[in-house]
Amino acid sequence: MDEARGIKDNLKIIVPILAVLLSLGVGAVVIKLIGVNPLVAYKVMYQGSLANINAIAETLVKATPLILTGLSYAIAYKAGLVNIGAAGQLYMGGFAAAAAGIYTNGLPFIIHLPIAIIAGFLGGGVWGLIVGWLKVKYGANEIITTVMLNYVAMSWVSYLVTGPMKAPPGNFPQSKNVAETAQLPIIISGTRLHLGLIISLLALVFYFFFLWKMKKGYEIRVSGQNIHAAKYAGMDPKKSILLVMFIAGGMGGLAGATEILGIQERLLQGFSPGYGFDGIAVALVGMLRPIGIFFGAVLFGILRSGGSMMQMLARVPVSIVNIIQGLVIIFVIAGQAIRFNKISEIKNKFLNIKDQIMGGERQ
Amino acid sequence: MTLDIIIKVITNFMTADLITATPIILTALGLVYMERSGVVNIGVEGTMLIGAFIASFASWKLNNVWLGLLIAGIVCSLVGLIFAFLVVTIKADQIVIGIAINILGLGVTTTLNRSLFGMNTSYSEIPSLEKISIPILSKIPILGEVLFNQIGLVYLAIILVPVSYYILQKTNLGLKIRAVGEHPRAADTSGINIFKIRYITIILGSFLAGLGGGFLSTGVLSFFSEDMVAGRGFMAIAAVIFGKYSPWGVLGAALLFGFGDALQIRIQASGSNIPHQFLMMLPYLLTIAALSGFVGKSNPPAASAEPYNKENREK
Repeated sequence: MDEARGIKDNLKIIVPILAVLLSLGVGAVVIKLIGVNPLVAYKVMYQGSLANINAIAETLVKATPLILTGLSYAIAYKAGLVNIGAAGQLYMGGFAAAAAGIYTNGLPFIIHLPIAIIAGFLGGGVWGLIVGWLKVKYGANEIITTVMLNYVAMSWVSYLVTGPMKAPPGNFPQSKNVAETAQLPIIISGTRLHLGLIISLLALVFYFFFLWKMKKGYEIRVSGQNIHAAKYAGMDPKKSILLVMFIAGGMGGLAGATEILGIQERLLQGFSPGYGFDGIAVALVGMLRPIGIFFGAVLFGILRSGGSMMQMLARVPVSIVNIIQGLVIIFVIAGQAIRFNKISEIKNKFLNIKDQIMGGERQ
Repeated sequence: MTLDIIIKVITNFMTADLITATPIILTALGLVYMERSGVVNIGVEGTMLIGAFIASFASWKLNNVWLGLLIAGIVCSLVGLIFAFLVVTIKADQIVIGIAINILGLGVTTTLNRSLFGMNTSYSEIPSLEKISIPILSKIPILGEVLFNQIGLVYLAIILVPVSYYILQKTNLGLKIRAVGEHPRAADTSGINIFKIRYITIILGSFLAGLGGGFLSTGVLSFFSEDMVAGRGFMAIAAVIFGKYSPWGVLGAALLFGFGDALQIRIQASGSNIPHQFLMMLPYLLTIAALSGFVGKSNPPAASAEPYNKENREK
């Protein structure tokens, strides 16, 4: 039995791997159309993302928020919710973490840093909770409210760094620096890789334990698959929605917090190059599994860090990453659908044969 | 303030509202066809963006806006065809494929824009749609100016509202579309080709979304900029829910959401002290408020977002 399951799982893994290869292939065609040799472009991408310790560190720097925004999408998805709001949660988390890092002073590192990180989680969490509340209370569709709140959050941060939080000297739309006691320390010296990576890995572990080892997580997965069954079993789907959107938002918030406290060290406009939407692709290519999300984040970390290098050296716009992302999602989902259809086709054939044998009583 | 000025302000405002509402009206009408046949396409955001880019680029190349818009519509129909293949034939998850289309639309338009025009986002002088004034009617006070002295595509969007209502409620095709959305199995039994109907609505709906996006870069503004759709595709989805899946409801909802945009632009132009970021939030907050507060029950068609499986007997 376990062996059969293992083989089935192996088949499942083939879909995302094929999807990634196919997307990179189509990406190569697009690069060729732009007038750049795809081999040169991908070589530059490799150099920028994997060729040496610095490049690998840079890839992990990008993977850090991607793990978290991937989790934001994945947790909500497990509860049957479509959360496209990681971008907004990320900005609100970044804002809250920056505020905690700038406006509380004189605390030792061991207290200040956790406060700033928790603030980031709460900032995003509240942003997610609003979505959950609007859904539970008024039935507002979360797909639309998350997208709308993304734009609100971006405007909010833009207002802060051009207004109340703007650092006085100069005209740059940015806040002053986060106190050193609230900055995430570098974990490999000579690179930008910071403690945020560990936080995101812990978040992955939490995701696993919460959803697969805890009763509440089990309830959430049940209500995600069949809300009627969950109600029938005496569960409260409304509570689940609120809790899930708070945690999902919190994950998005953590992504913003690690980016602000570990990389930017201050609040500024548009500090995320699209980590919010990247998270969706990360979660889907990782098939919503903890390990899958990790590899998905590393993959898109490679594309992000290598993509910047590709834009600089090979003159290929970094937006090619979005094309590859969109394609990966399409190929993964289409692949799964085809696999699923094949299974149900076989099942239906079996039912038909059974009918014939049983004398066609179901006709 | 004299009456003249008040009338002028009201007229300007209503004209602006109709213009900002038009991309949402067109896209939302397209969505109504799709939704009514049981298809949820949140990829309209990306489809609109592709429409905006193509309309702008083709108008500039051919020096003809209407031709540019037509090409934008056709290209977006092809995007719709891909979407239809994925969700109708392969039966992939409609929401997730929609998300992918959005990301892809952003990637494709940004990449094309940057590789064609370098990093500076706009290019010199592209033609844009001009106002067409209808004789006699345009002389009616206020309404004449608002309704009958408008950009050509605005007329089209408004005319499409009763036309769509008629098609959906009074024609055989409309009956089939609604049957497919409400009772796919019964429709199938009575000989309606469900796949064909859904392909038709998706291709038609994507054409309209392309026009809606195209109007952003040739009517509301006269250039393309990255991610210029900025959530309007999702506002169109909200307009469909708020408008209870009917063309007239959609018109009302789109005018309301366009109102947020028009108001925002007006207040900014009047040099008010309110930080512009708060004004920018207005249309988004209005959309959330409309979805949450004042909707009442808005029920999607029964087979919404469900792929149809001819052989599957479990449903």
